[in-house]
Amino acid sequence: MSVVAIKEYVGVPRDLEANYHGNIMTYITWEKHLMFAAPFIFPVPPSMLFGDYIKAIAGVIQPHPDAAKIDWSKVEWRKSYQPWQPDMAKTLAENGITHKCHMSFRTPGLDGIRGLGI
Amino acid sequence: MDMKATKKLGLKDRYRNQTRGLHWDTTYQPMDEVFPYDKYEGIKIHDWEKWEDPFRLTMDAYWKYQAEKERKLYAVLDAFNQSNGHLNVTDARYINAIKLFFAAIPLHEYMAHRGFAIAGRQFRGVGPRVACQMQSIDEIRHMQTQMHTASNYNKYYNGMHAVHHQLPRMWYASVPKSFFDDAITAGPFEWMIAIGFSFEYVLTNLLFVPFMSGAAYNGDLGSMTFGFSAQSDEARHMTLGLECIKFMLEQDPDNLPIVQRWIDKWTWRGTRVLSLVAMMMDYMLPKRVMSWKEAWEIYFEQNGGALFKDLERYGIKLPKCALQGIEEKEHISHQLWAGIYQWNFGTSVHSWVPSDDELDWLSAKYPNTFDKYYRPRWEFWREQEKTGTQFINTGLAENCQVCQFPMLFTEPGDPTTLCHRETHYKEERYHFCSDHCKEIFENEPEKYIQAWLPMNQLPQGTCGGGTLEGWMEWVHLVPGQDNGNFEGSQDQANFQKWKGQVTGNN
Repeated sequence: MSVVAIKEYVGVPRDLEANYHGNIMTYITWEKHLMFAAPFIFPVPPSMLFGDYIKAIAGVIQPHPDAAKIDWSKVEWRKSYQPWQPDMAKTLAENGITHKCHMSFRTPGLDGIRGLGI
Repeated sequence: MDMKATKKLGLKDRYRNQTRGLHWDTTYQPMDEVFPYDKYEGIKIHDWEKWEDPFRLTMDAYWKYQAEKERKLYAVLDAFNQSNGHLNVTDARYINAIKLFFAAIPLHEYMAHRGFAIAGRQFRGVGPRVACQMQSIDEIRHMQTQMHTASNYNKYYNGMHAVHHQLPRMWYASVPKSFFDDAITAGPFEWMIAIGFSFEYVLTNLLFVPFMSGAAYNGDLGSMTFGFSAQSDEARHMTLGLECIKFMLEQDPDNLPIVQRWIDKWTWRGTRVLSLVAMMMDYMLPKRVMSWKEAWEIYFEQNGGALFKDLERYGIKLPKCALQGIEEKEHISHQLWAGIYQWNFGTSVHSWVPSDDELDWLSAKYPNTFDKYYRPRWEFWREQEKTGTQFINTGLAENCQVCQFPMLFTEPGDPTTLCHRETHYKEERYHFCSDHCKEIFENEPEKYIQAWLPMNQLPQGTCGGGTLEGWMEWVHLVPGQDNGNFEGSQDQANFQKWKGQVTGNN
């Protein structure tokens, strides 16, 4: 049963890809850096190169003292909880990133302030 | 001619005449068509007469009691207003707790008023109809008294001028709003479990006691008084919620799994909403009452535990989410205030880094977690403030599809990892802050796919066009006045100035 209702009931999702003017929504977490209280949302065009996407992330996380030390070639990625290796020179679409995809990345050796995950 | 006076009716007869005596079964139209909404949820009722109203309150007595309470309350509010009672609070930071309360609660008292009016119309049994009618009137009274109390603060302090406008727009107001929207769009029995039982019975002490004791501890006579005025109503509401659950369970064994699912769902939804109260208790009250952890232990673990023990004979089990709530009592207030602090360019309350005294209090109250996970965060941010580079998070946050909080809660068992869950429904992905929110979604996905998530709306351009300035205008947030740090705020300066005028000669 998809809803308890008195008659046939069909909901309309509010966050469909069509609502984002050509962009897709991406969600991304920097693991062990809880100074940023929640995963970020990035609405971006699927034709964006992954390398450019990283530049957008780098801009938002820049207030963290670890941000400047990240070696992006060593970052460990996950997509929908599974280990994954993106290709920087390819687009988001070519990297298999679709609307409302959740990604996370871990920066080995950088685990937040005093290594406390913050 | 001799007059024969009839004997005045006793309380019991009066109650019977004014409740059961007002009911009739319709004959021109089938009852199922007159009351079409009290069967579709699957709850089976065989005998509505078995409903007992433990208060046996009649309408005439109700008006008399309520009028008396109103007279007392407004006498105090008038005195508070005329004597500049707002200047008696411990510290102007306290007023931010009041701002949070007024942003989240009075308009939901109004939703509760509507919900009970709707449920009162939908039940075919006269006992619950009358009880819902009285509770509906109580709830609109609570909204009014809270608004009247708020207006005394709104005259002097920022951030309260647009609560009605902000309710469907402000990102943190969407948390309680989604709770009540979910409840009021359910059927009448689920409504009764959501509001009458889970909220009014299991969780209400965690809302009202902290706010009202907080008001008392911090010299806020106005809020304290409306709290007391509402309290005797709350006792009646709790009894109604409990009566309703027992009634459902006694009527048919098939009702048990439905009721259990609703209890699980609404205890969790309520627990999530109460994170706002947790934050208020641990961070926003200049003079603390008790920690959130202590309040949770007394009101949920002990009192709630005893209640569920009592319901065991009906086959009801402690909600599954209770275990996660017990673990999270050590964390949620810290995680949420950290969020408010880093996003405070977008809030109608001011925020601040706790003082040394306050950090020590938190360390003492949270020996298992505060020093290890949270104190370093505050100390780092305080250092940042000193160097003039305050930590601000300019990223948009991901929201949970069900509770609508930014996904800032951590993984059970691992306070260094954000908890994140995902599911698919009709080719679309949905994200959640917890297993419990995910389960609520999966039980009725067609309902929750419609959620209006504040952060997901921004890039759609529905909230002022997509810029921060546009959003602020759209949400009626006055930058530099309503938002940002308490330190250096207009509220802080005004309070000091006015307090000086009362106590000195300048």
